[in-house]
Amino acid sequence: MTAELLVFFLLAALSVAGAVSLIFQKHPIHSALSLIVVMVALAGLYLLMGAEFVAAVQIIVYGGAIMVLFVFVIMLLNAGLEEHTSESKLAGFPGILLALALMGFVATTLARSAGSFVSSATDGGKIVANLSSTRQLSTMIFKDFVYPFELTSFLILIAILGAIVLAQRES
Amino acid sequence: MIDFLSAHAELIITLIKIALLMFIVLTVNAYLTWFERKVVAHMQSRWGPHRVGPHGLMQPLADGLKFLFKEDAMPAGVDKFVYLLAPLLALALALTSIGVIPFGPEPIRLLGHNIWLYIANPSIGLLVLFAITALGVYGVALAGWSSNSKYPLLGGLRSSAQMISYELSLTLSVVGVLLMANSFNLTEIINAQSHPAWGIGILGWNIFSGPFPQILGFFCFYIAAIAETNRVPFDLPEAESELVAGFHTEYSSFKFAMFFIAEYTSMITVSCLCTILFFGGWLSPFPQSWTFTYYLPSLLLVPTALWIIWDGIRYETIWGKLVLPVIGGGLLLVGIALAIPQLQFVNVFIQGPFWLLGKILVFLFVYVWLRGTLPRFRYDQLMAFGWKLLLPVSIANVVLTSFFVLWRSNP
Repeated sequence: MTAELLVFFLLAALSVAGAVSLIFQKHPIHSALSLIVVMVALAGLYLLMGAEFVAAVQIIVYGGAIMVLFVFVIMLLNAGLEEHTSESKLAGFPGILLALALMGFVATTLARSAGSFVSSATDGGKIVANLSSTRQLSTMIFKDFVYPFELTSFLILIAILGAIVLAQRES
Repeated sequence: MIDFLSAHAELIITLIKIALLMFIVLTVNAYLTWFERKVVAHMQSRWGPHRVGPHGLMQPLADGLKFLFKEDAMPAGVDKFVYLLAPLLALALALTSIGVIPFGPEPIRLLGHNIWLYIANPSIGLLVLFAITALGVYGVALAGWSSNSKYPLLGGLRSSAQMISYELSLTLSVVGVLLMANSFNLTEIINAQSHPAWGIGILGWNIFSGPFPQILGFFCFYIAAIAETNRVPFDLPEAESELVAGFHTEYSSFKFAMFFIAEYTSMITVSCLCTILFFGGWLSPFPQSWTFTYYLPSLLLVPTALWIIWDGIRYETIWGKLVLPVIGGGLLLVGIALAIPQLQFVNVFIQGPFWLLGKILVFLFVYVWLRGTLPRFRYDQLMAFGWKLLLPVSIANVVLTSFFVLWRSNP
């Protein structure tokens, strides 16, 4: 348990550090690299929870495909250092306050419902318990939730077509 | 001390295995360059390396020393952190991927411990490999970007576009195998191929066996994998006639060597994967009742050893006259030892790795063969080929395979 906890805190610290560095880096490529660190650290956290498949897919899809696209676009546009505008006080102070409030809200909600995810026999409990094995995950997606799944993929298809139509109109 | 050792035996065994595997992979890498240069040279009616050691056998060592002692130049205006990170990333990811490859079916029993011939055997082995491949693009892309030079940037851009395009076909082409094996685990994928029709081993391999032979899948996989490893005919990221040397133009000394080793290591990984996914891994192509095929390793080793000794005696230099017969003699002893009845347990153990390594060697040869034969694609041809031919064919393979698998399970 202690070793697991140690790995958890290492990964958690890594992902938080990556997220902070993502915001404060001056160069877009460095920000993108920080985001990759966050994605990989999250995959490590999934692995720690026993969700092997989700962890691998997290790296393949987010760490690989999507972030490569980000890096590719940044390289293609040859984006330089970010220009910082004169910082607005209005966005700064209340922004930090609101962010902290949101974080506190999410944290308390999670803390209050902690345990009910796994222990209760509700659907939520079933989902978390079943995420571990690839076989169970696919059974769930393609049997129990096949209609929502197909609807989602249909939605994504429409979004792709929309993107193509929009890109065509520009040229 | 003893307590500590026995308490952490698994950990220590794994660490030793990692060190050993690294050593073997790096040595094989070095001799792969020798092999490639020799084979390509003979294809082009040249001799290839033959000055350093007999038959140029010490050439990889000389190259390694040269890499270490060259001046390590860093161009002005590079993004230092990313510039240094890129080769490290490329090498580390390439070496990590070898760790999930199983090299044999049976563990070695030593002091009450089972030492398996892999470092890790995750239930999602294949997905782990794809995850590592997915991250592998960054080494090349970041090297191109951080060098602050136009040719590397173009090389990095090309490589990113190429890897994104071919990764789709690469992943889709193995879905057929996954459907037939019902698992992501590499050991289970091999074991699923061990029930051949009429008991003839080769007919159980995924490329020949039913419900739907994965011939299409294999060709899609191998072509996409060659593109992923940036090898001829898909080596556009480093097309020397257009881009000097592409993404690694500005890298010198050992940083260049790191890219080099990464490329050759991924060639080895791809050959392992081809073998495991489509050609039965460590399974023998012969019927299981043919136990005399167990003498095949000795049957191959003894004539090779005799030929090496014969060649050594006739060799021009004193050095070759001394070294080659010694190597040949060593191989001869191993070959004879494997045929001794008292040592049959070693011979039986060695069968799996023997077939696996033999098949891997064939695929490595094909890599070199292609390099000696084919010209480079043009960039638009590359993209059209990937998207308009390879992707539809691999999707068709998925559809057909799933149809036949379903048909067989409930006719």
